[in-house]
Amino acid sequence: MAETLLKVAGLQAWYGESHILHGVDFEIRRGELVTLLGRNGAGKTTTLRSIMGILGKRTGSIAFDGRETIGMPSDHIARLGIAYCPEERGIFSSLNVDENLRLPPVVKPGGLSIEEIYKLFPNLLERRHSQGTKLSGGEQQMLAIGRILRTGATLLLLDEPTEGLAPVIVQRIGEIIRQLKSRGFTILLVEQNFHFAATVADRHYVMEDGRVIDTIASSDVQQSIGKLQTYLGV
Amino acid sequence: MFELLGIAPQALFGQLLLGLINGAFYAMLSLGLAVIFGMLNVINFTHGAQYMMGAFAAWLLLGLLDVPFWASLVIAPIIVGLFGIVLEKLMLKRIYHLDHLYGFLLTFGLALVIEGLFQWKWGSSGAPYPNPIPGGYNLGFMFLPTYRGFVVVAALVICLATWYGIERTKLGAYLRAATENPTLVRAFGINVPRLITLTYGLGVALAALAGVLAAPIQQVSALMGVNLVLVVFAVVVIGGMGSIMGSIVTGFGLGLVEGLTKVFYPPASNTVIFVVMALVLLIKPAGLFGQTK
Ligand SMILES: Nc1ncnc2c1ncn2[C@@H]1O[C@H](COP(=O)(O)OP(=O)(O)OP(=O)(O)O)[C@@H](O)[C@H]1O
Ligand SMILES: [Mg+2]
Repeated sequence: MAETLLKVAGLQAWYGESHILHGVDFEIRRGELVTLLGRNGAGKTTTLRSIMGILGKRTGSIAFDGRETIGMPSDHIARLGIAYCPEERGIFSSLNVDENLRLPPVVKPGGLSIEEIYKLFPNLLERRHSQGTKLSGGEQQMLAIGRILRTGATLLLLDEPTEGLAPVIVQRIGEIIRQLKSRGFTILLVEQNFHFAATVADRHYVMEDGRVIDTIASSDVQQSIGKLQTYLGV
Repeated sequence: MFELLGIAPQALFGQLLLGLINGAFYAMLSLGLAVIFGMLNVINFTHGAQYMMGAFAAWLLLGLLDVPFWASLVIAPIIVGLFGIVLEKLMLKRIYHLDHLYGFLLTFGLALVIEGLFQWKWGSSGAPYPNPIPGGYNLGFMFLPTYRGFVVVAALVICLATWYGIERTKLGAYLRAATENPTLVRAFGINVPRLITLTYGLGVALAALAGVLAAPIQQVSALMGVNLVLVVFAVVVIGGMGSIMGSIVTGFGLGLVEGLTKVFYPPASNTVIFVVMALVLLIKPAGLFGQTK
């Protein structure tokens, strides 16, 4: 069994005065694809932002590849090899598609080349001179994923990459996520769409009210379906 | 045609050249302000004082160390830019999270302190700076002093180089992206606080460079930036905060408008820019090139 790449323990986080995470614990081993599931407002995005270091106040422990990152500024954390694809996608309107794609600096060897990324997302190649925010929602999502593949980061944090997209694009993104896993990326995926998540993940962590309340292995999903429906309120 | 208008061509072209020269300074200064505002969210009221410091640096370098104009063109902006970096690291960076008002108060106060110190040390009467390229050309319809022609061309080159740097290079892409979403750019591994410091240093250096270019035309004096910077703020408002090409076009354009006003209706020449500003604010509050957010 592969060694632990990310270990989150007793993570608490705040937005200003509001206490959002109340002790989150989970871990991911190298090469795994793990999801965070949970209802709206459970704290999934906040957990990713805490790992990335872009939240005002956080305590507890986040160890990446054996290094404690809880006190580090986000640019240092990124340089250790963690890359973030935010829920709101974060495409820059003052940059064209190609500039958006090349923006994140390479932090380690082993990332995809620009050519490989364009091969993965042929739409982006066609539209590489367009303003980033002129792309369709699906294309923007592909750009947001594509641009973090170049950097050599080994852990990808993907926040609801299928949100609001047509089924055919959801399927395409599912294929791409599977390809990334087979290339050796470790992936932490936040999803509301459980059916999507179930098809790609090794393991699911369920969040509620700022805590991880359950773990379900992919092999146990069938038996746990009733429990999951209660958790997710679907 | 000139007879028809009752204006001598010499007067018209003379004022147009003057307008172009003023416009060159408006463009260079508003460009720096726009770049600084985009990245720091601070309206740099110290800009006029930093322009003056550029002129003084050149004058002192010449007087004390015999450094020629052409070397000062490089050295003075570096010195003043470094001074800007110190200001940013010591003071400005502490107020980014606060309201705009604090940035205004701090930079305005700094301008008063800096200008006061220079006035106290060197008085306010001003000192001449020798023209590095005396002489000129008789173009037939007017006489063009070589140095003034040089200033217009140099300002254009500086403005276009700045535009290129921001719109067409990797560093410029970082700047544009960090202007939009600094948090995310930092989460990609870019040291955004350092980028902000660098931007302020470059904006200040640009003001100082304008100051060096102005030294041979104007008297070098502690208050030389005070009135200029007022006009430049009007230029920035007219062009729209944060637009690079907008600052350049508006700067040169308004210089020309001012020059033409001097020819056709001299009494309005000091106020025409502010009249334009009022009109633009009525019709297009975000400025000619600005985007409403
Ligand atoms: N910027 C903010 N300031 C204050 N509170 C916030 C902020 N962002 C989120 N919250 C609160 O934090 C809690 C967790 O939000 P979070 O975005 O982590 O949820 P989530 O699990 O990602 O939900 P969703 O599925 O809707 O994306 C919510 O109660 C939310 O209201
Ligand atoms: Mg979320």
